[in-house]
Amino acid sequence: MTTLEVKPSNDLSVDLTGKQSRRRKELFVHIVLAAAGAVSLIISILIIWSLLKEAWTFIFNVEWANVWSIGWFPRRGFYDVKTLIVATFITTGIAMAIATPLGLGAAIYLSEYASKRFRAIVKPILEILAGVPSVVIGFFALSWVAPQIVSRIGGSDGGSLMAAGIGVGILTIPLVASISEDSMRADPDSLREASSGLGARKRHTIFSVIIPASISGLVASFIVATSRAIGETMVVFLAGGAADTAIFTSSAYDGSLTMTAAMASLSSGTDSVVGEGLTFQSLFFVGLILFALTLVLNMIATRFVNKVRERY
Amino acid sequence: MNGANNMSDVNNMTDVSDLNGTANSMNGEQEHIFYARDLNIYYGDHHAVADVNLDIYSKEITAFIGPSGCGKTSVLRCYNRMNDLIPIAKVEGTLEYKGLNLYGSQIDPVEVRRRIGMVFQKPNPFPKSIYENVAYGPKVCGMSRNRSELDDIVERSLKRAALWDEVKGRLKSSAFGLSGGQQQRLCIARAIAVDPDVLLMDEPCSSLDPIATTRIEELMDGLKNDYTIIIVTHNMQQAARISDKTAFFTTEENAETGMRTGMLIEFDIAEKIFSNPNDERTENYVTGRFG
Ligand SMILES: Nc1ncnc2c1ncn2[C@@H]1O[C@H](COP(=O)(O)OP(=O)(O)OP(=O)(O)O)[C@@H](O)[C@H]1O
Ligand SMILES: [Mg+2]
Repeated sequence: MTTLEVKPSNDLSVDLTGKQSRRRKELFVHIVLAAAGAVSLIISILIIWSLLKEAWTFIFNVEWANVWSIGWFPRRGFYDVKTLIVATFITTGIAMAIATPLGLGAAIYLSEYASKRFRAIVKPILEILAGVPSVVIGFFALSWVAPQIVSRIGGSDGGSLMAAGIGVGILTIPLVASISEDSMRADPDSLREASSGLGARKRHTIFSVIIPASISGLVASFIVATSRAIGETMVVFLAGGAADTAIFTSSAYDGSLTMTAAMASLSSGTDSVVGEGLTFQSLFFVGLILFALTLVLNMIATRFVNKVRERY
Repeated sequence: MNGANNMSDVNNMTDVSDLNGTANSMNGEQEHIFYARDLNIYYGDHHAVADVNLDIYSKEITAFIGPSGCGKTSVLRCYNRMNDLIPIAKVEGTLEYKGLNLYGSQIDPVEVRRRIGMVFQKPNPFPKSIYENVAYGPKVCGMSRNRSELDDIVERSLKRAALWDEVKGRLKSSAFGLSGGQQQRLCIARAIAVDPDVLLMDEPCSSLDPIATTRIEELMDGLKNDYTIIIVTHNMQQAARISDKTAFFTTEENAETGMRTGMLIEFDIAEKIFSNPNDERTENYVTGRFG
């Protein structure tokens, strides 16, 4: 019988300790990156905290009858939030009614019908369009959309929620188109071939296979665009047809203030917000509602997207 | 495709015995369903396949074999005009299906694909339920709007594809939950649900294990009573086992351009191809000797 002998290795040429300096560099990079992450987290917390602090003062000191009254006249103590919310819903609704079909249509065309060359030219243009400063669109909405379009469909030729909504819609078309197109193009060609191979026409392939397969991306594009529309400030501020006060209205043809426009107008101007009473704090209160609204929207979106994912 | 020329080609073609596409060892009685003469395929400037003359016979399994890149897939995709989906692809020559010029100007490729179904190399189920996958074809073809009729079609197709017993309890669950072999059988069920005339199968077993492969081979054997099947395969044993006729393709390099062009070398009954082929290149390939 033989016993297996294990000799300890004395090979000193093998060195696995590594260089100290390299490890220190690694640690340094680690710390710098962690710090960068921490800063952005701290900033977010500070924003929420300052929002909450001032909003809190408002909530505890305001006369609630004035929060549900005839309109938004913050310097006179009337803080009718529903005026702002309704105006926001109107502009956002109009914007999405324009951006969804046009953006989706453009995306379907680019992804499924356009030639490679055409797409190579148009897609970058679309992305540039998405980067047009909103003040430009706002000015366009006021100076062209209002007199040329809104006045022809029964509105005034000045600023109105309709003009603002159309402006925001134009602003968000590229966003919807771009995200939707990416998501449809991500569907493998093998799906298109499978469908065509079964004798499906192109429109069937698109509506029965491609769109359902990329639905999470399409919903995402819709939600992102809606969030953008709700948060859009410059277009509604310029073209919304109200300066810094607004009487409650539920008509798109009237001028009014959205939440963002109200905040912008409050914090701009020479007298700024050193108004009497709770004017300054009302700004934060509106900001908080806006924040909560987008949060809820994102939660719904996430839930919806997950639901769709589960199904497949 | 040049329609006028094709017609005269057909009429002048009285003696076809010397064409590579007519199986030498067959009696001439059988009816062909596809008739290809001087079929050429180009991808842009690349002449991918040259001068294919080939008859496919009804209710048989025809196998395409040959080294990679010789154009088996390209030729297969001509039969249901799938090449139309590739913008740079161009097909020239005569290709007839039951005497009709498949590339004629009045032919609707969508109608062609309803009759000539396709199963792809990689299983490609839709991101839908098992039921919806099979029902998709009949739905888009307008074959049936009636729910119970659709249920019948789905059940029948899944049974024919030997998948019914494995999935009957979970028709509503996602097709992605199936194994690769099951997915491929689902794709076969989906293809036969529209009741096509012909099934084109491009290496349907290449991503499957031997057991799943055997199942699909058995399935094809059962299907050939009703369908004409053309199958591309890299598996010699498979081709020898299941095909009635076998077409061997290979590529040759163009001396001037350096590009490789595929061509049909020999077409005959499978036994002949695998035991006693006429061409040396065929023999080398089927016996595993190259060059
Ligand atoms: N979509 C395409 N675009 C450009 N060239 C292509 C395309 N599809 C095939 N080809 C070319 O045509 C030639 C034949 O290809 P094909 O796919 O028909 O060969 P194959 O015999 O099926 O090969 P494999 O056995 O590897 O699948 C190859 O040179 C290939 O590069
Ligand atoms: Mg191939």
